[in-house]
Amino acid sequence: MKLVIAMLMDGVIYASWLFVIAAGLTLIYGVMKILNMAHGSFYAIGAYSGASLVGIYLAGGNPVWGSYLVLLGAALVIGALVGLMAERGLLRFMYGRDEVVMILVTYGLLLILEDVIKLIWGVEAYSTYQPYTLLGRSKIAGLSFANYDFVLIGVSLLVGFLLWWGLNRTRSGKLLQVVIHDRNTASTQGINVTRMFTVTFVIGAVLGALAGALTAPGISVMPGLGVEVIVLAFAVVVIGGLGSVGGALVGALIVGLARAAAVHIYPDAELFVIYGVMALVLAFRPQGLFAIASARKI
Amino acid sequence: MQISLIKKTSVAGILVAATLSSAAFAADDYKLGLVTFLSGGAAGPFGVPAKNAADLTIEALNNGTLPAPYSSKGINGRTIVPVYVDEAGGATKQSSEYRSLVERRGVDAVLGYISSGDCLAIPAVAEQLKTLTVLFDCGTPRVFEENSYKYVFRTGPTATMDNVAAARYLKDNFEGLEAVSGINQNYSFGHDSWNDFIGTQQVLNASTKVSTKQFPKIYAGQYGAEISALMVNSSQVIHSSFWGGDMEAFLLQGAARGLFEEQTPLLTTGETAMFRLAEQIPEGTILGGRGPFGVYAPDNALNSWFRKAYTAKFGTPPTYPSYKMVQALLGLKLANEKAAEKVKGKPTQDDVIAAFEYLEYEGPGGTVKMNRGKGHQASMEMVYGRFTNKNGKPAITDVRRYVADCVTPPEGVSSSEWIEQGLKGAKCN
Repeated sequence: MKLVIAMLMDGVIYASWLFVIAAGLTLIYGVMKILNMAHGSFYAIGAYSGASLVGIYLAGGNPVWGSYLVLLGAALVIGALVGLMAERGLLRFMYGRDEVVMILVTYGLLLILEDVIKLIWGVEAYSTYQPYTLLGRSKIAGLSFANYDFVLIGVSLLVGFLLWWGLNRTRSGKLLQVVIHDRNTASTQGINVTRMFTVTFVIGAVLGALAGALTAPGISVMPGLGVEVIVLAFAVVVIGGLGSVGGALVGALIVGLARAAAVHIYPDAELFVIYGVMALVLAFRPQGLFAIASARKI
Repeated sequence: MQISLIKKTSVAGILVAATLSSAAFAADDYKLGLVTFLSGGAAGPFGVPAKNAADLTIEALNNGTLPAPYSSKGINGRTIVPVYVDEAGGATKQSSEYRSLVERRGVDAVLGYISSGDCLAIPAVAEQLKTLTVLFDCGTPRVFEENSYKYVFRTGPTATMDNVAAARYLKDNFEGLEAVSGINQNYSFGHDSWNDFIGTQQVLNASTKVSTKQFPKIYAGQYGAEISALMVNSSQVIHSSFWGGDMEAFLLQGAARGLFEEQTPLLTTGETAMFRLAEQIPEGTILGGRGPFGVYAPDNALNSWFRKAYTAKFGTPPTYPSYKMVQALLGLKLANEKAAEKVKGKPTQDDVIAAFEYLEYEGPGGTVKMNRGKGHQASMEMVYGRFTNKNGKPAITDVRRYVADCVTPPEGVSSSEWIEQGLKGAKCN
């Protein structure tokens, strides 16, 4: 019983972390058809900003609880700023190009941002553990879990709900769905597609930065962080179906639970299992679990 | 016409100046290729501290301000000029970089390499290009156990020494140890470290059980499931060769969940984090420094100079990669100068190699004996101790030192064979 609860809890915690990262990636793809390799850099920038700003904030003798606001603020402001700069300064000139070209462009952006990170923060590791430990821990079935991880689950549920509500229950969301289905038709009906793209990209970048900022207190923020995470995020969105937010949620849960089961039952397969699941899903549903198969123009 | 003449004259002038400066450079300087991680996850904990140590030591050597026997200027009076290369990119890229250092930039010697993968790949290229090469940090014992090299030396201890010493420390300090667990990175260093540790543990205490062994991906950062597995399969000691950000993340997450309240972590590279994470490292954690480095370094003139100068310049005490860089530089200098002394003039590379083989010298970490791998591999004493922060100042207690012959396979025996054969021939203090 203890083992089952451990696997479930570990799987859900890991999935919640993965979902916040993957949500931004899949949203951008769904609307803009850009498989954004630079999303890993947004995550890294969020982590570095969060860790360094919280460090400065705490060095000033401020109360630790305020560091949560600093983390959130860092993700929102810096994520939005970087997202806006990337979209307005580079990507808008590339719209309409082939998806493969966009992968190469965003890969180039990832490499540039990796060096920008190095220029700003250097190669030293940053750690800001106070927000992670402040909330204490709780016991479930005799196992201790950090309460901060439960907050992460809450945040991922909130992100999922807000995305669903925004897309399905608001006027802007419905307009966005028109853009998703057919951007040419949306444009002829007077929808400002370019603005939709900008807003979507900024939201996606903020989600990437938010994931990084919320992860920062529990890890040591170091160079290469973004590159490591983007591969996992791709696995999640590919399993769920590119462009599907619900799919990203299910994909994150599948990856999280599969990985946790492997770690507890057969640790040697920990790495294999994530990509094994992805290969299995793609073998039976090449478009992913939740993406709708569409005709391809030849 | 006039512009064209000016252009031609300028180009010719630049070429002549470049040739002259290059000739002057080659005549007076000792060009040293220095390869260390300047980017990626290994840069912060290893690469940059090693480069910092190199900068500091080269400056002191060139000025002749080091304590004896290193007080003469440069290498045989030649100013040392470092040519830095980033080690990031993998073994194939490093092989090309090595060729470029030797063939294009004309270095006299190459000193570097942190990654075991690079240390296994570079010697073949060094032998082909016949260039003196000093490996300063990588841990794999396979370099000189599987091959013999003429031009390659390693002045630091191997990972086998770390892990044999770790198991010996447990035998000496944990009576009645029943079970151990392990969490190591899923690549050669992590697997080799665990295999050497658990192999030795089973030789020294055959009844020890393994509760669980975890091998998460390097740079994974998230260890929630592994920590749960270590809690479900509880043991007395958790062995880990994690380094850098992975070690720090594991400590942060494990401490927040109370993992270390009933299980003692044994961190073979933990000394590197003892000041940075003084608030998070649990009391009693067993820390290694991959040799007598950092807080384990002896009280000698070199260490006193190095620790003081490094802390003053970089604002933090030096950790083991910095020490290993210094002792590699000192070994290279000493070998060159001994060779010059022997031939009473400028030594050839073969003279330097002959002087380097079986060299015994002092570094800031104590005595380095080049007495393994046919005189090309160093052996050193290994040290472990337990972390304490009771007085608000990070310190080490219960320090135990193991002489090199206690933790190092005899000449001609591979690490795995030695452990399998029950550490036959080990001479302990």
